[in-house]
Amino acid sequence: MSSPETSAALGADPSDASDPSVMSDPPARAGWSRLSYAEGMALGLREALASDPTVRLMGQYFFGLTPWRRLTVDIRERFPDRVWDPPIAEIGYVGTGIGAAISGLRPIVDVATASFIFQPFSQVVNEAANIHYMTGGQTRVPMVIHVNHGIRGGGAAQHSHSPQAMLWNTPGIKIMTPSSARDVRGLLRTAVEDDNPVFWADHAKLFDYVDDVPDAEERIPFGVAEIKRAGTDVTIVGTSLMVRRALEAAEILAADGISAEVVDPRTLVPFDTETILESVGRTGRLVIVDECHQSCGVGAEIAARVAEHAFDALRAPIRRIATADVPIPFGRPMEELVEPSAAKVVTAVRSLLG
Amino acid sequence: MLPDLPGEELVAQLRTMLRIRRFEEALIRLAADHDIGHFHVYVGQEATGVPALALLGDGDVAYTTHRNHGHLIARGVSPAGMVAEILGKATGINRGKGGTLHLASAAHGFPTTSSSVGGPLPIAVGSAFAFQELGLDRVSVALFGDGALEEGAWHESINIAAMRKAPIIFLCENNSLEALGQKANEYPSSTLAAVRLTDLVDPFGVPAVPIDGTDTRAVHEAMAEAVQRARTGGGPSFIEARTVRWPGNRPLWPQLLTGETDVTFAWDPSGIPAEHERWWSQQDGLLRFLRELLDAGHVTREQAIAIDTEARDEMAAAVTFALESPYPEAEEAFEHVFA
Repeated sequence: MSSPETSAALGADPSDASDPSVMSDPPARAGWSRLSYAEGMALGLREALASDPTVRLMGQYFFGLTPWRRLTVDIRERFPDRVWDPPIAEIGYVGTGIGAAISGLRPIVDVATASFIFQPFSQVVNEAANIHYMTGGQTRVPMVIHVNHGIRGGGAAQHSHSPQAMLWNTPGIKIMTPSSARDVRGLLRTAVEDDNPVFWADHAKLFDYVDDVPDAEERIPFGVAEIKRAGTDVTIVGTSLMVRRALEAAEILAADGISAEVVDPRTLVPFDTETILESVGRTGRLVIVDECHQSCGVGAEIAARVAEHAFDALRAPIRRIATADVPIPFGRPMEELVEPSAAKVVTAVRSLLG
Repeated sequence: MLPDLPGEELVAQLRTMLRIRRFEEALIRLAADHDIGHFHVYVGQEATGVPALALLGDGDVAYTTHRNHGHLIARGVSPAGMVAEILGKATGINRGKGGTLHLASAAHGFPTTSSSVGGPLPIAVGSAFAFQELGLDRVSVALFGDGALEEGAWHESINIAAMRKAPIIFLCENNSLEALGQKANEYPSSTLAAVRLTDLVDPFGVPAVPIDGTDTRAVHEAMAEAVQRARTGGGPSFIEARTVRWPGNRPLWPQLLTGETDVTFAWDPSGIPAEHERWWSQQDGLLRFLRELLDAGHVTREQAIAIDTEARDEMAAAVTFALESPYPEAEEAFEHVFA
């Protein structure tokens, strides 16, 4: 899995958008296709809509303002009665999604930029997450809530959030943070068929990455991490876009003769602690790279689990690479300083092996 | 006035109202000796909820609030299971995981009950959305107090419901009237700049009517029209049912300030204590309904007393059942996080 990252082209006119199919190279091998992450998302959405007449899309900014947003036109043409355009009312339409899920639909609700999730946070955290539990198991809320998270470039403090850690602190919500076309497509199929609320966080900077995706339908189970690159000297755990940063770092480190293993949990809830413990058992070193703010972030939880369960295996302190504990600044030099990067991962790994 | 319904249906509604009244009175007594947390009772609003919810059928859903006890009893939920839930027992309708604020019975059309003011409004719209999309002849009812209209969720919900022409009824039980809410140590009542609650509905083109929530005929007719509108594709309705806050609901915790209800007050005003004369004579919708039933000859004094005695006995048995029920195993705290 590799591809040069192109700019997200925020705000570009749709007429400027290149044909997404141009992004796809010829199939790597029989039975597989080369798809961009965005195409993997669209494939998963189309398959979900086709396989179950109760699936609905609420909102249509799955691809943000990137050129990939033309993929939603295709979905709308194929499923004209299955897409609802809600008003700018996140409390209203997320709540509508919850009620619709209770009463027989399987909505995929798009909240667009992850920072907007705070408007309906009460609906997500205080309603959706609690309903099955506080009714003693009587009622189910089978819905997917989609966001584009993270520092996309110039989003500043109010369009750059990664709220996964806040929601990991909320029992009752499953969380998927895919990093490849294959994973997003396969995890989405599982999410839509799950009887619980699922938070689906994509990073807009992932959309251009191209990977092999099986032509056959695929459902990737939740709670199963994938080792994206095998290694022996250090374990690097990344989520979402930071899996790509971890892989870039591993490539740089390989040139130095350092063998890094990259583990992608793929879902935070449920979380595959075992695969990480096994990897750390082999490498003895752990670096975690995640785009949540550092304090109480995804990296903090993973570090705590490894410290609790594999302390004896560690030959060096655990290192966390996260977004600095400041609101995200607008100007690029400041933004670059506070965001996690492959270079920061490389520096951290070298400090452990120094 | 009485709804235009057969006498036996009206008597059945009287029975339901008395069961709610006796449930809440029993609960207030129970709470004196048992910590059940902050709770809210439906005393004084029975004449709204009972005739309104009697118009719903199987499959119709209702989303209620922290003040939910009366609504659930009106749709046939077991009082024993409710008291057990309020005490956190294993036999509770939510298996002890909800308590008084969250009493829910999906089988009776209460899929979930939220204690977050305004929170269930968009969820109720969502059920109506699903009924439309699935082609089901069902309606969704949002039950809420005047305070929910202060929330932003209200604006977003009525907007979506109106645009979708969703089969939903917003039934606002305005129990703030004559509440001395702003006095020290008493629960505040609603605070809205709007002069009339229906002013908050008019811009959306949704039919909105204020009615006397202690007048069962007004409740029945407004709700019947709203249900008909929802079932025939006419979209949402808003009903403001005006009730008077029961004096026992003015303190932070409910208290039997008026004493227990005495059905003989309906025909023998001489027994009414002077301190709460206005409440028992004019403001209590239950006694008003009973007087109207007696006047119309649908029920006799003896029958009213018999129905009331049955209701008292049922609630006494419900309390006993709940007290004797076991608590859930503590480990059940780890169940039902996910379906």
